[in-house]
Amino acid sequence: MSRIPLSALIGLFFTGLYFMGAIFAPWLAPYGMAEIVGDTWEPWSAKHLLGTDTIGRDLLSRMIWGGQTTIFVATAATALSFITGSILGFTAAVSGGWIDQALSRFVDLIMSIPALIFALVVLSVMPVTLPILILVMGLLDATRVFRLSRAVAVDINVMDYVEAARLRGEGTAWIIFREILPNALSPLVAEMGLRFIFMVLFISTLSFLGLGVQPPLADWGGIVKENREGIIYGIPAALVPAFAIATLAISVNLVADWVLNRTSSLKGGRNV
Amino acid sequence: MLHPVVTLIAQRLALGILLLWAASVLIFVGTQILPGDVAQSILGQSATPTSLANLRQELGLNEPALTRYLSWLGNALQGDLGVALTNKQDIAQAMSKRLGNTLFLAFCAALISVPSAIILGLIAVRYQGRWPDKLISGVTLATVSVPEFLLAYILTFFLAVKLRLLVSLSTIHDSMSLGDKLYAIALPVLVLVLVVLGHMMRMTRAAILNVMQSPYIETAELKGLRPFWIIARHAFPNAIAPVVNVVMLNMAYLIVGVVVVEVVFVYPGMGQYLVDHVSKRDVPVVQACGLVFAAIYIGLNLLADVISILSNPRLRHPK
Repeated sequence: MSRIPLSALIGLFFTGLYFMGAIFAPWLAPYGMAEIVGDTWEPWSAKHLLGTDTIGRDLLSRMIWGGQTTIFVATAATALSFITGSILGFTAAVSGGWIDQALSRFVDLIMSIPALIFALVVLSVMPVTLPILILVMGLLDATRVFRLSRAVAVDINVMDYVEAARLRGEGTAWIIFREILPNALSPLVAEMGLRFIFMVLFISTLSFLGLGVQPPLADWGGIVKENREGIIYGIPAALVPAFAIATLAISVNLVADWVLNRTSSLKGGRNV
Repeated sequence: MLHPVVTLIAQRLALGILLLWAASVLIFVGTQILPGDVAQSILGQSATPTSLANLRQELGLNEPALTRYLSWLGNALQGDLGVALTNKQDIAQAMSKRLGNTLFLAFCAALISVPSAIILGLIAVRYQGRWPDKLISGVTLATVSVPEFLLAYILTFFLAVKLRLLVSLSTIHDSMSLGDKLYAIALPVLVLVLVVLGHMMRMTRAAILNVMQSPYIETAELKGLRPFWIIARHAFPNAIAPVVNVVMLNMAYLIVGVVVVEVVFVYPGMGQYLVDHVSKRDVPVVQACGLVFAAIYIGLNLLADVISILSNPRLRHPK
């Protein structure tokens, strides 16, 4: 922890900035989320820093409010995916036998269908609300977390200290939460960054397709959808969310890379 | 006794078919897990009891789920995917042309992205840690971080609107010549290429770097062979299995990317068909599209498995 590399600092700074923006959106946004304050697609000016959108709402305010929705949904879905995926993954690794087989084969099955396609199939019959979106995205993504946490836990499970805990007569819950979880935390934290980005991209894609966050609620994917016609007239409003999503993704990536490198060097991995 | 490779491949095929069957169950169940039923969610809260009863009748919802699943699967196996709820069109018929269009788009993207990913990967390994490697890695990291639809709009904005090089709408029809079609789909192909190129190149680079640590590479170096020759002749052939795997995984990924890219460029393919009908809550079409996408995805993964088995000389020539 002695020295944080520059790339990770930049990543941390921008990630922090976006999260701050999301948390303090009501105080930061100059105008309301659905407030019509100007003409259609006004250019960038001092009054509207990023111009206005397709029906004259302030784009900067939409971006800040939209960032709040996007980041909130992505965070909630990531949390759900991690809690479900890691608990099931650890359980599978610790129990072994038919529980492991059943869970692993079921996850193989879910992963044999592309996540976006499966989400579309399920959303075709579900009411598209925020809780449903979080649930669908989180549970679909839990399969990836399951695989990772199972793989990590299988390695830890054969360690002497786990054996010792078993001989002491500890139950499965103790072994999972007191022995395996603390030792599996670092790779999981690095993975969490990547899953979070994936969630941001996933919810943006769904909203862009019109099957995610529903108007008048703003989110980054939806802002692209609303302003896509402008592109043809050379109005870059739809590219603003593009910039936001890309910078958020890259900065979280930088942080995740750093966490991953740090943990692999702790484990005696080579530092090339 | 059968050759072990034949047995292995037969096992993989059987597993693939099993997986596809299970996926069909999952897709079917995925549209049935609601409290209430499909008819209710299609018509919404304001539905009258009569229209609900009619729709239930039409969808066959009065039958038990198992009966419905079996008849759906039985018909699908014979190429009959049922009719769309919204316009009563035969799904298989509507789909076949769109599937052709989608495969055309994906094929063009694969034709460009696979060779360039491998060549860029080789270059990155040759100049590992120097500026060409860093440049390639940096640019691909950027393209990987941006979702397909944003990449699509960024390219449209600059290439189609600002520079007027390409067209931003990719409507194609039968009367167009191949050249016109290729021009129309240039932008979506470019987007798909950029999306998969990054993953493919990075994983190719990693796979070859892995092989580069083998003793026989050191021998080749000590023999005084040229670095590029070592990579191309000694390292690459031994990295084929992982590289093929990577390529196939990315082709499978392409199938998903296609969905979004088709919507952006209004391209008449499977993806647009699926998305349109999800928002119309046309369940039979969604199920059929889901099944076709899953079949392609599973098929490509299976192909990756088979090729990596075949490319392993230890399996081809057992002791």
